[in-house]
Amino acid sequence: MRIEKHPILDFENKTKIAFKYNGVDVYGFTGDTIASALHALGIRKLSSSIKKKRPRGFYCAIGNCASCNMIVNDVPNVRTCITELKENMIVLEQTNKGELL
Amino acid sequence: MLNKTGVATLDLIKSRFPSKEQMLQPKAVTECYEEIPCNPCSTSCPFDAITIGEDINTPPKVDFDKCTGCGICVYNCPGLAIFTIQEIENHLIYKIPYEFLPYPNPGDLWQGVNRFGDVICNVLIQKVTISKRQDKTALIQVLVDKEFELEFVTIRRPNE
Amino acid sequence: MKHYELVIIGGGPAGLSAAKLAAESGLSSVIIERDFKLGGQLVKQTHMFFGSEKQYAKTRGINIAKILIDDCLKFPDLIEIRKETMVVGIYADKVITVLKNDVYEKISFDALIIATGASEKFLAFENNDLPGIYGAGAVQTLMNVHGVLPGQNVVMVGSGNIGLIVSYQLLQAGVNVLKVLEAGPTIGGYKVHASKLKRLGVDILTSHSIKRANGTEKLESIIYSELDSNWEYIPGTEKEIEVDALCISVGLSPLATLLSMVGCDMKYVSKLGGLVPVINEHHETSIDYIYVAGDVCGVEEASSAIVEGYLTGLIVANKLGYKHPDFENKQMDFLNQLTNLRSGPFGKATRDGLRELRDQYAE
Repeated sequence: MRIEKHPILDFENKTKIAFKYNGVDVYGFTGDTIASALHALGIRKLSSSIKKKRPRGFYCAIGNCASCNMIVNDVPNVRTCITELKENMIVLEQTNKGELL
Repeated sequence: MLNKTGVATLDLIKSRFPSKEQMLQPKAVTECYEEIPCNPCSTSCPFDAITIGEDINTPPKVDFDKCTGCGICVYNCPGLAIFTIQEIENHLIYKIPYEFLPYPNPGDLWQGVNRFGDVICNVLIQKVTISKRQDKTALIQVLVDKEFELEFVTIRRPNE
Repeated sequence: MKHYELVIIGGGPAGLSAAKLAAESGLSSVIIERDFKLGGQLVKQTHMFFGSEKQYAKTRGINIAKILIDDCLKFPDLIEIRKETMVVGIYADKVITVLKNDVYEKISFDALIIATGASEKFLAFENNDLPGIYGAGAVQTLMNVHGVLPGQNVVMVGSGNIGLIVSYQLLQAGVNVLKVLEAGPTIGGYKVHASKLKRLGVDILTSHSIKRANGTEKLESIIYSELDSNWEYIPGTEKEIEVDALCISVGLSPLATLLSMVGCDMKYVSKLGGLVPVINEHHETSIDYIYVAGDVCGVEEASSAIVEGYLTGLIVANKLGYKHPDFENKQMDFLNQLTNLRSGPFGKATRDGLRELRDQYAE
């Protein structure tokens, strides 16, 4: 669900960026954060809460609420809402506190 | 009413309208009723027709003798609260701000909408002006039936 | 350890403005910004700003951001910019620690301006953690920065300026705004914003609030209800409506954790948005050489953040021995601008909040 034409903003001239989400090949565009790229693909659930496994998506989009934490390139607890999307990133849902070792 | 619904009372609206004689030329109607810190309408008017003063919370006052209805204040108002109105041969010509795509085309018949968002009539789009200095706020000239003078406020695409 | 005379934490309107005035006074600084772009919340504001010409009234927020950033880029020898750099610690011996790409660094300073802004408040209701429920600012970021639609049918909770403006921006992006729910008896923001929405067919309901969100893996519908004069749900007035996104716009809270960490005197002033540092008229906290500017010391508007940034940059530069050639006039001008911005009815909460804060401060 990307905006094509906007009365105030220009969203043209974007190059595709390929990445992997839960093992599937997907893509976003230049300027995306990981979270915005996933959102554009229709993905709302980014991870699950630790105890009750409730679905989590993002809330604040500026890196404060930690609702959007995912595992990116093996690093857990990455705030996907403020992390710029880069080519070939491997993004996975996180359902635990994250393993650093 | 304004505080609960966002719709001004008829008295408030009338207080900003020019007189019948004044309206034979285009005039600006500033539907800005609250004290908010803002003055671009006043500073952008090339004819000094809008007064706000030192305290920028003062609501604007239009001097209809100086106002030429040029429409510069219409696209400079951050609240999109200004339009111009003129009466010509039992019809009204409004110039309203518009910030949606796609723009209407001159000659189109669109719906006329009141302050409650209800469709009240059909209106004819006469002109669509968008220039660089308008910074993405288009100015649309609309022909409206005289009976909707105090009701008409904006346009809507038919079948929306 | 790297040393800077002035460290500015936050590259939003307050931080950028502070750096500019410091540079004009001859003082060099570094702006430390955790995001990969500067501009703070301005980068998603597509609407024209209010205020006066000095605060860039009638200019769109996104363009104000460009102007403020360009103003800083004009001083490449005096203003260093560090992006994607997060301040993770701050210590009373005038040291901050930062993290960038897993590299940890210690930085010492002579003076510090904390301009970290504010963050969206949350609202308590059943299932408020479902994906599809966003802060209004998050929706703005999605739409206006990334060009991604938050949903197709949205309800907005909160009718302050942010709620009203974001609702309008949703309409501009082609999204249906089904309702604006305002718990209070009157619309909170500027009525010109509300009028705009109303004529576009948006239903604004005062004395209404959200009761519950429904959905399994994501938001599917909400239940909202009317409130009585005691802010209690009125039984029997519940209505359900299908939505795929819900925006919560119930105010902002200062991001003041760094201040608490270093031990600044703080006070809870709800009219300023929450926990704020106790400051004197120079925006100095209770700790020497630590200053604040912008929403972090009281949630207002970007116009105030810009002027506070200018004022604080000017004063800090002077304190470090770099007096602006036009110091007295500038200081007077900035103070007058702030008074002017805060003098109307919408500034009353800020005026009361600041008075409450100052009563706490002992000289």
